[in-house]
Amino acid sequence: MTPARFAYVRPETLDAALAVLAREGEGAMPLAGGQSLVPMMAMRVARPALLLDLNRLPGLEAIAVVEGALRIGAMARHASVLAHPAVAAEAPLLAMALREVAHPAIRNRGTLGGSLSLADPAAELPACMLALDATMVLASAAGERRIRAAEFFIGLYATARRPDELLLRVEIPRAAGWTAWFEEVARRRGDYAMAGLAVMARRAGGLIAEARLSFCGVEPAPRRLPEIEAALVAGADAAALLPRLAEPLGSAETPAPYRLHLAQVLLRRATESLHAAA
Amino acid sequence: MLPPDEPLAEIACTVNGRRVAGRTPLRQTLVEWLRAELGLTGSHVGCAHGVCGACHVRLDGAVVRGCLVLAVQADGGTVETIEAATGPEVAALREAFVAHAALQCGFCTPGMILQAAELLQQNPAPTREEVRDHLSGNYCRCTGYQPIVDAVASAARAMQAGGVEGA
Repeated sequence: MTPARFAYVRPETLDAALAVLAREGEGAMPLAGGQSLVPMMAMRVARPALLLDLNRLPGLEAIAVVEGALRIGAMARHASVLAHPAVAAEAPLLAMALREVAHPAIRNRGTLGGSLSLADPAAELPACMLALDATMVLASAAGERRIRAAEFFIGLYATARRPDELLLRVEIPRAAGWTAWFEEVARRRGDYAMAGLAVMARRAGGLIAEARLSFCGVEPAPRRLPEIEAALVAGADAAALLPRLAEPLGSAETPAPYRLHLAQVLLRRATESLHAAA
Repeated sequence: MLPPDEPLAEIACTVNGRRVAGRTPLRQTLVEWLRAELGLTGSHVGCAHGVCGACHVRLDGAVVRGCLVLAVQADGGTVETIEAATGPEVAALREAFVAHAALQCGFCTPGMILQAAELLQQNPAPTREEVRDHLSGNYCRCTGYQPIVDAVASAARAMQAGGVEGA
């Protein structure tokens, strides 16, 4: 369980970190909380030539409401996000989901930006970013770039982040009048989700007027499902549409039909709960 | 053992209240360094890839997996291991773990104590469900967990009753 050899740099400024990425490209692997990368290195699934440790970069862990949006820095630890009053007030969906993210010691170290950049299909936070309509802010030596969550997650462990870019922060629009719903099914507390569902629903006049949702742990990458969202708003049986629309992952432990079943169960629970609350 | 030509990095940090400076192989984890270089063998290496929780240490005040932090990352930081873990929570837990036979082989106990102490700091009167949640990342292969939950609940009650002095 010893990683393959690597070189290591620990820059103290963002410019220095971006210069390393500009120079090394895919040879440099950013190390955020390390709660996925270090085990992947221990098992030699990952063998980075150069580790770019982000833990000394200043200011990337900030959480604040700025210009009508909740900004969460990429190096904010899960435990800090979970405990932050601005998150509870502006994005309770994140707090609901973070309770299901791994275990306390891992939440003490793991970061929002690390989880989003890895894009594990079972991860809760990418799905939340879609439901929250978050914007990801990336930086490279050439400058900053903004990209909506819906365009950021592009496949299994794949994002729109270029090798010369770092995720700096996410910006989540304030959501007065919206209700959050999150639930997942895992074998034990803290295990990877076999299926999870993140929903944001806007209420108006005792009805649901609008909804944004994404599953996690079901498909290779989180994505919005507009037909499902429309059915949920209408109070129709959205779950009945799922077999036609979803492309569930399969594995020996969790075969695709079982994942689909769990996704349908979650969707029915969400529909019932959100309509009852509206 | 790592080969003799292993690339090294400088490390200077505070471990259990003592300033420590030396060198660590770049790819050595924090728990391995504490054990091999400093002789602090109270933190155990179980799975070595972040699943079992036997390696828990405090880094800058937070309980972390010692196998998922590189030793070089503790440079400039403050590390506390079970050998020097103090505070009223740890004292109460130590007594309660003995009283409830919350261990058999003891391999998981240092990690359990550190994790449970963090829980009691954050939540002085946890429910049994909250105890189980907070210890969900710590494996025990002996007890079946029931006595561990009993011990943590009992330690919380003892502290609430003021029955434990700070260690």
